[in-house]
Amino acid sequence: MKKHNSREAYWFLSPYLLMFFMFIVVPVGVAIYLSFTNFNTIEMPKWIGFQNYTAIFTKDDIFMQYVLPNTIKFALIVGPGGYIISFMLAWMLAQIPSKPRTVLALIIYSPSMTMGVAMTVVWSIFFSGDETGYLNSWLLRAGFINTPIQWLQSPEYLMTIMIIVSLWSSMGVGFLAMLAGVLNIDQSIYEAGYIDGIKNRFQEIIHITIPSMKPQMLFGAVMAVVTTFQSGDLGVQLSGGNPTPQYAGQVMVNHIADYGLTRYEMGYASALSVILLIGIYVLSKFSWKLFGEKE
Amino acid sequence: MSYQGTKINPTKFHRSQTKFYVILIPLAMVMMLPIIFIVFHALKPVNELFAFPPRFFVKHPTLENFQELMGFAASSGIPFSRFIFNSLVVTLSVMFLSVFISAIAAYAMSKMKFRMRATLFEINTVALMFVPLAVQIPRFLVIDESGIMDTYLAHILPLLSMPIGLFLMKQFIDQVPDELKEAAVMDGATEFMVFRKVMLPVIKPALATVAILAFQAVWNNIETSSYYVNDESLKTVAFFMSTLVSQNGNAVAGQGMAAAASLLMFLPNLIIFIFLQSKVMNTMAHSGLK
Repeated sequence: MKKHNSREAYWFLSPYLLMFFMFIVVPVGVAIYLSFTNFNTIEMPKWIGFQNYTAIFTKDDIFMQYVLPNTIKFALIVGPGGYIISFMLAWMLAQIPSKPRTVLALIIYSPSMTMGVAMTVVWSIFFSGDETGYLNSWLLRAGFINTPIQWLQSPEYLMTIMIIVSLWSSMGVGFLAMLAGVLNIDQSIYEAGYIDGIKNRFQEIIHITIPSMKPQMLFGAVMAVVTTFQSGDLGVQLSGGNPTPQYAGQVMVNHIADYGLTRYEMGYASALSVILLIGIYVLSKFSWKLFGEKE
Repeated sequence: MSYQGTKINPTKFHRSQTKFYVILIPLAMVMMLPIIFIVFHALKPVNELFAFPPRFFVKHPTLENFQELMGFAASSGIPFSRFIFNSLVVTLSVMFLSVFISAIAAYAMSKMKFRMRATLFEINTVALMFVPLAVQIPRFLVIDESGIMDTYLAHILPLLSMPIGLFLMKQFIDQVPDELKEAAVMDGATEFMVFRKVMLPVIKPALATVAILAFQAVWNNIETSSYYVNDESLKTVAFFMSTLVSQNGNAVAGQGMAAAASLLMFLPNLIIFIFLQSKVMNTMAHSGLK
């Protein structure tokens, strides 16, 4: 390529890069630096090397006992689960006419718009711990239970409820992109596929639909990984406090908030975020392997 | 079964679609509950808001909560319209600017050749994954140092670069065949003209998706108002709404206003989505690509 072309490319990128470096790269860089320090947000940070990291893996019982297993469990179910549901819904929506599709897509997407509001109000009433909660009053009336269950305060239920609520709201950006992706597939590819011997819907999805929308599938996968690991508010909002009851719903983000915003140990919190970043990055690389273009 | 049986984007109803409706409609009804709840909740008079057991539907709908909200806003010294004006300025600027700068950057990343291409995209992808919470303090320091505190810029600039937006648009532009660009270049088009005349119309679904995302990110954002702007008259509606329950002290009166406020905050999200969804679901059939 000619030289001036590459200079022009940088011109095109410059507004984005300027903002990106100033408000994202620099802060992230500072955060990574802070992870090697002892920083209480008031005094100057003190360099302590890898001490935060070793402390996380050797001294932080809560991290090893609750946070890590919880995060992995939550992510393993909600990530792939939400991803598959998004794809299936997008695929089904693509096969009905555009008017009903618009209405249904809007409704299915809406939980990710209402998230903050709906979660605190609707779900906490639904799972409310006394007999006035919807779930309890149904179960009581149906005779399944005799005393109301403290859904949101009991360690044994909180995680399950978090998973249900996350799945319910997982039709976000990834879902929109996939819907656009399915609709954009060239019709004639299907025709060719059937001539080449595709027999049923399942083969059609595996051999035509998914390969034809690889970029959207990749985007959806990366978004699923990122949002699942970053959604930590849920347990805290549902149960009404950080830490969650007996750490039952404690995931990485809560642990970071606990150290960063409650205990003001910003260095330690930064180290936790770096570990989270590495975790998400590794998993995204994995989805890249699955869906990425071979270059 | 012929390929017709699996028609994507059909024009009219066919019996074979029934099975999709059977799954989609009940599901949609469950998903819709929170919206219905928000609407009803905002219309509930005080005694119904605190009714035990809580009632889902409103019995005697009233606009009391909205009147109270407007009255409270007026008594706080800064007219409510000022917050709305701030929110509109901020939201619209971020929406248009961020869509434009990510689109042009995505075009460069996807269809132009330069040395740092792969590295920059990698950095962008990593940035996508960083927890916002961890960068709160460093970000505050950057904004403080740059001297944009207490201006509209403090609302706008930090939100302009959206790693998700760039990522999504690059994925879309990658799908557009290179021949399309080459043909235009052959006809003497400059890179910018190719971007504007050829690429933008083709990636409309991606543009609309990013616009929706940007809108939601900005409209509901209270972070910029609470950290980077001290001047009350420069704060946004979202921030004002978020202070209702706590600031008012009176939890009972606050509840009704908060319910009305959550409906008012939610509606623009809904409207923007309805407005842009046809573009999101637009097929490339009309774009001349096929």
